[in-house]
Amino acid sequence: MHTRRDFLQYALNAGFVLGAAGLGANPTRALAQQKLTQDDLLKFESKGQVTLLHFTDCHAQLKPVFFRPPDTNIGVGAYAGVPPHLVAEEFLDYFNIEKGSPSAYAHTMVDYVDLARTYGQLGGLDRTATLVKAIRAERGEDKVLFLDGGDTWQGSYTSLKTNGMDMVACMKLLKPDAMTGHWEFTFGEDRFLELVDAMGYPFLASNIFDAEWDEPAFEHTAYFERGGVKVAVIGQAMPYTPIANPSWMFPKWSFGIRPEVLQANVDTARAEGAEIVVMLSHNGFDVDRKIASVVSGLDVIVTGHTHDATPVALEVEGTLLMSSGSHGKYLGRIDLEVKDGKVAGYSSNLIPIFSDVIAPDAEMAAKIAEVRAPYEDEMQRIIGRTDSLLYRRGNFNGTWDDLICQGIMEERDTEIALSPGFRWGTTLLPGSEISIEDLYTETSMSYPAVYRLEFTGAQIKDIMEDVCDNLFNKDPFLQQGGDMVRVGGFTYTCTPEASIGQRISDMRLSGSGAPLEADKTYTVGGWASVNEGVEGPAIYDLMEDYITKKSVVSLDPDAAAVRVVL
Amino acid sequence: MQLTRRHVLGLTAGAAAFAVAGVQITPAFASAEDAEKLIMDFTGGATAAEGKISLTAPEIAENGNTVPVSVNVDSAMEGDDLVESVIILADGNPNPAVATFHFTEMSGEALATTRMRLAKTQNVIAVAKMKDGSFFMDKKQVKVTIGGCGG
Repeated sequence: MHTRRDFLQYALNAGFVLGAAGLGANPTRALAQQKLTQDDLLKFESKGQVTLLHFTDCHAQLKPVFFRPPDTNIGVGAYAGVPPHLVAEEFLDYFNIEKGSPSAYAHTMVDYVDLARTYGQLGGLDRTATLVKAIRAERGEDKVLFLDGGDTWQGSYTSLKTNGMDMVACMKLLKPDAMTGHWEFTFGEDRFLELVDAMGYPFLASNIFDAEWDEPAFEHTAYFERGGVKVAVIGQAMPYTPIANPSWMFPKWSFGIRPEVLQANVDTARAEGAEIVVMLSHNGFDVDRKIASVVSGLDVIVTGHTHDATPVALEVEGTLLMSSGSHGKYLGRIDLEVKDGKVAGYSSNLIPIFSDVIAPDAEMAAKIAEVRAPYEDEMQRIIGRTDSLLYRRGNFNGTWDDLICQGIMEERDTEIALSPGFRWGTTLLPGSEISIEDLYTETSMSYPAVYRLEFTGAQIKDIMEDVCDNLFNKDPFLQQGGDMVRVGGFTYTCTPEASIGQRISDMRLSGSGAPLEADKTYTVGGWASVNEGVEGPAIYDLMEDYITKKSVVSLDPDAAAVRVVL
Repeated sequence: MQLTRRHVLGLTAGAAAFAVAGVQITPAFASAEDAEKLIMDFTGGATAAEGKISLTAPEIAENGNTVPVSVNVDSAMEGDDLVESVIILADGNPNPAVATFHFTEMSGEALATTRMRLAKTQNVIAVAKMKDGSFFMDKKQVKVTIGGCGG
């Protein structure tokens, strides 16, 4: 017999453990839910005067989701083998998490399907609202800062159809104190500014400058009084937005990491009397790990973009780094005890939003229903079924993108397909029906055209090397986030630790096994080109046709196109 | 290819002024040796030390056709502690010479910004010539990418 206390223990600064608590090898869902409660999830060693809540990269997921964590997340150079570059058992060991526990399910892909059926979906903005309200009630509103790390407006059917207004309307109810972003810009400059106006809280970006005049384009810092402490929050948008996404949609703005600007803004905040300086960042984890070592005076970085989830904040060179996952799965919390203008103590926890054990907030649930209502019937329309686990996340491949590459090759009649290494997109369990909503969760975007072009083997190699360097350059300031471009029609070998031009080798056509020839021309299909004026059907329309024709899809997750040499 | 300082030097005004190098474009890409030779021409063979000068450029160019770059030299800008000129080179362009900035005491500070085209991933180099005959150098690699798959 175990008590709830046994079941859930929080170990300060060492990762919290959702203990096995008598769960057998095959715990039933009912048992799991009986064991885990909302109070357990909220249990926290409250501390000090200031509570930071961090919510990031939800990619417009208003409803609970399945999201399989990556099986491959390689760090290179000094970043190899340290969080967040740990997966599966290594992750469980590092953070002292019991195999088969709710926390193991939230953070790793070990026994994913079994545990997904046991513990159910994570996330749902109405559940997040319940937690945010409970924490504000417990701590007092005057102690809590709620920060939105961005990639909030893109990634669903309703966000595409309402041009992001669904998310703005729902997020407003959570009363965020500030926001930064990335995919927000892909609605185009005019729509972006309209939505920022509608938010009612500041959009902060230290690193966006007017491209013509080289002047700051946005407010960079906001000041707050929380628990008697003056807190500065500095925003940092995704530094490579104009490279990773179509810059023609927001041509007036130049981004970049701009560490020297950041340092100046930190110094200004200190001079203005800020006791605590927080960076609300969309840099990505490794970029922010380096920022912590080259920029001085940052107490906390709440980081997003790379969708990494660490169970607690990590200390890097005197800065606390909290990475709060993605797709609405988590709410990050850090309590700070401030003495003499310094952090004297803290406690932290990444709270997994178990949707079956947290009561939905009525106000948010009603708003979500309202924004979805005009589209509900179409979203629920079933176009097929999957026999296999469909997921996206992982450095090199996922079954959703395998399916998309197959669809592109067949529908556009190409020898080769390329699918961008996005880290957004959720998971479907084997045996699930595939709805229009599910399809748009993988493909919703404002530049969806599927091109058909001819590339030489040499050009394909150059593209692969270029993308691979964005992922595995040993200097994190040269990493753009995202994963490796997914390929169909050929296989290759990848050596992440090599340098650009040397990582990709042994490219062979899938059917014949013949090597790709440098000067031979191949037909290539792909989507999400950053170029203007790309012609072709939208990826979601193409894939709706393809899945409808197939009716049942079946993918072999072990049929990987990539051999990785470590 | 021979480049003398005359080719690279431009006019000067009260504040910092620059001249984009107007020399002939050679078909072949320059090498690090070509850039090294230009530095030697500029310093008269003296070795440029690290420090004093800082070059700011993006880690990855958003648009290789117009890459912003700034130089700033820590100097009192009077007496012997005066920056006379700064050259900027790109060691992978067809012609590595990019710009020369001239300063006087009237400049107040040795700070200049311009934009340049970069043909490919390469080093951007800035060298400052001080009135006392010393030289300082800073270097930054700027990546020029095909782009397009982050997210």
